[in-house]
Amino acid sequence: MWPLGFAVRWLVKAVMVVLAITVLNFVLVRLSPGDPAVVMAGEAGAGDAQFLEQVRKDFQLDQPLAIQLLTYVKKVVTLDLGRSYRSRRAVADMLFERLPATLLLTGAAYLFALIIGPLLGALAAMRAHTVMDSALMVAALVFYATPIFWVGLILILFFSVNLGWLPAFGMYSMIQVKGVWAQTADVLKHLALPAVTLGLFYVAVYVRLTRASMLETANLEYVKTARAKGLPEWRVATAHILRTALIPIITFAGLQAGHLVGGAIVVETVFAWPGIGRLAFDALFQRDYNVLLGVFLLSALMVVFFNMLTDIAVRIADPRVGGRA
Amino acid sequence: MKLKFTWIGRLVGRFLSICALAIIGVSGASAQQRGGTLNSTLWPEPPGIVIGIHLNAPTLLPSTKIFEGLLTYDFQLNPQPMLAETWKVSDDGLTYTFNLRHNVKWHDGKPFTSKDVVFSLSKFIPEVHPRSKPTFQRAEVTAPDDFTVVIKLKEPYGPMIRSFDAISAPIVPAHIYEGTNFKDNPANRHPTGTGPFKFDEWKSGQYIHLVRNNDYYLQGKPYLDDIYYRFIPDSASRALALEQGEVQLATQNDIELVDVARLAKLSTLDVTTKGWEWGAPISWLEMNLRRKPFNDVRFRKAVMYALDRNFIRNSIFFGVASPATGPIHSSSPFYTSDVQAYPHDVAKAKALLDEMGLKPDGDGVRVKIGLLGLPYGELWDRLSQYIKQALGQVGVEVTIQTADVAGWGNRIANWDVDMSTTYLTTLSDPALGVARSYITENQKKGVLFTNTAGYSNPEVDKLFADAAKEPDQGKRKAMYAKVQKTLVDDVALGWLVELQWPTITSKKLKNVVRNGLGPNDNFSDVYFEK
Repeated sequence: MWPLGFAVRWLVKAVMVVLAITVLNFVLVRLSPGDPAVVMAGEAGAGDAQFLEQVRKDFQLDQPLAIQLLTYVKKVVTLDLGRSYRSRRAVADMLFERLPATLLLTGAAYLFALIIGPLLGALAAMRAHTVMDSALMVAALVFYATPIFWVGLILILFFSVNLGWLPAFGMYSMIQVKGVWAQTADVLKHLALPAVTLGLFYVAVYVRLTRASMLETANLEYVKTARAKGLPEWRVATAHILRTALIPIITFAGLQAGHLVGGAIVVETVFAWPGIGRLAFDALFQRDYNVLLGVFLLSALMVVFFNMLTDIAVRIADPRVGGRA
Repeated sequence: MKLKFTWIGRLVGRFLSICALAIIGVSGASAQQRGGTLNSTLWPEPPGIVIGIHLNAPTLLPSTKIFEGLLTYDFQLNPQPMLAETWKVSDDGLTYTFNLRHNVKWHDGKPFTSKDVVFSLSKFIPEVHPRSKPTFQRAEVTAPDDFTVVIKLKEPYGPMIRSFDAISAPIVPAHIYEGTNFKDNPANRHPTGTGPFKFDEWKSGQYIHLVRNNDYYLQGKPYLDDIYYRFIPDSASRALALEQGEVQLATQNDIELVDVARLAKLSTLDVTTKGWEWGAPISWLEMNLRRKPFNDVRFRKAVMYALDRNFIRNSIFFGVASPATGPIHSSSPFYTSDVQAYPHDVAKAKALLDEMGLKPDGDGVRVKIGLLGLPYGELWDRLSQYIKQALGQVGVEVTIQTADVAGWGNRIANWDVDMSTTYLTTLSDPALGVARSYITENQKKGVLFTNTAGYSNPEVDKLFADAAKEPDQGKRKAMYAKVQKTLVDDVALGWLVELQWPTITSKKLKNVVRNGLGPNDNFSDVYFEK
């Protein structure tokens, strides 16, 4: 019986959370000083009072904040995200145009981190307190602590400038290649550096998480039993330790999945990746409220959605969790 | 003997190769070749590419290839033909007659006629173009026939003849815009112009692609096949792309000045600072004259003496600027250097502050003020730090304040600052781009790029008003000379440097900067040397 009750409870919770986030975002965005009309006039290098008034009127910026909030929420409920002040295009169009690029980048980084991270973490745990373990942990710490844009620039310097192996920025070659396979290869080549840059941070997290979790599990009684049975060490590590140790990793993977939309702003900027992160970054500086709120809303929806998936995954992995939440 | 022989041989060889180079050079210069794809940087991504509806710098670069004006302007800002083949201004300065080209077609194949010009100048621009609105609101535009346009004014207007370029007065197709909501017309995303390049595609976050207009009215032009304007958000990546030859053109502030000096040394690239005469940007320190101590001219003079403009030019702008002497850019025909000079003189600055009664306290501080720096990157941060240091030396303690672009604009527009740094294009005529920062009438709270400093002088107001209406060029010059003298005496603003935007091109790319509009010209003459 619990799946139906769970679904209903979850849906109610999700709607409330998204609505609260929408209102909160609206208020927070408006707290920052600045007026989109003035920014637009500034970009045009023109000081014309009529122009400012017109912009404010076109987008109802001249009305009281409470009324604006009400209008916005009403529109969001009907899935209308409004229009950009600057380009005057529908926000939903702008978001969906950019979404594939972002999902490709964050998805690739996600897979890369999920495959490499636990592997290296397991390796470090199995070779705990050796030179290899120390080397891995130092590397993980470095990539965890180094600002992501700097890692990106160093990778560009090494792989693009010095070696000339990979393109430094963009998603496609300047001279368009012909043929589906050639185009796929072209995108993959462009994807390599940004995906690795973004992935390395998460790799570092997974390495540390897996190592700690495995070392903790390794001291449990049932592992000793497995060893006493005479199982080879690799069997013990994979079948007994890693499996149990995976639960915190699943939890974190769920958290990371929530960042698939909004988590790549910096990397997208360094690598000129045409995704949503950059759209948000620009919108923030231009006080293009509708676009910014659209990105926030989409990110919030992703977080809520993946939290639900994680909940389900953990429930399946560990029946003790949430029996009667 | 052998050694000597090879030495002579080498000399002869070198001589021959020089001759060969010279011949290639001469023949290369005469033959302008068809073909090639130009890749240019463009940053930030513009919000739209119809001039007038949007006027951002990155809007103008691609859209000036699509849309044209009646005229364009040479390095001295003299008018040159574009859509108008010939033109005449009546002696009283009240009637402008333009004879249009006959063989011009819109990119969709429809013929271009005087109807389009009348529509653009009397309906489109006065409604959407915040900068040219005041110019064309005073004009009555009519068309006696399909290829003649007559503009009548009630009183002479000096800047009129310099207001017909593609940026100030783009000619748009009447058959697409007439009777529609101009700003929301779907054609804005797929514009139709008369220029040498047609709009092809805009990939959001990636590039704008323009292709050759095969029906362009100038035979054999343009030379290029197509142009990509690529959005590369990181300035280090932009410099890299130029270095590696992936892009062949970057301009304005696409490249950090610190990189410009480095790129200029590469054998594959050319750097020029010409081509921004039309925009003529000046950077200044704005002091809020509504507040103490800035309302005292002695304080403003002291600030001018305390700042070393040559240092600013050399060490902050890396030589890509020249010290400004006053409100009008030195490339303007109305510029005069005959004004009060403020050479770097710490003693004089201190003496002026003493005279005001601003005595240093125990820590040597006479007065504390705030400085809101232009949030356009490191260069401007360094400028703020220099001003803090230089004024600190004369006992003026500066607190640097920061904001992002929107916050900065908001505070300046609402007069909520002590001092701020900024730059502004002074445009093709003082009546358009200079007067706005000084005349009393233009103190409009809440509006950026008005007289936000709060300067007010009836004599200056009158001179600006009279000069705008004066048809005689010599008399106008004399009036603006007087304006410059007065404003510099009063230190209405603390002019720092005239910016020189660098245009960096591949050595093979020719004719990019051939007049006062520079990279904002239509590129009909640009070609790649093979």
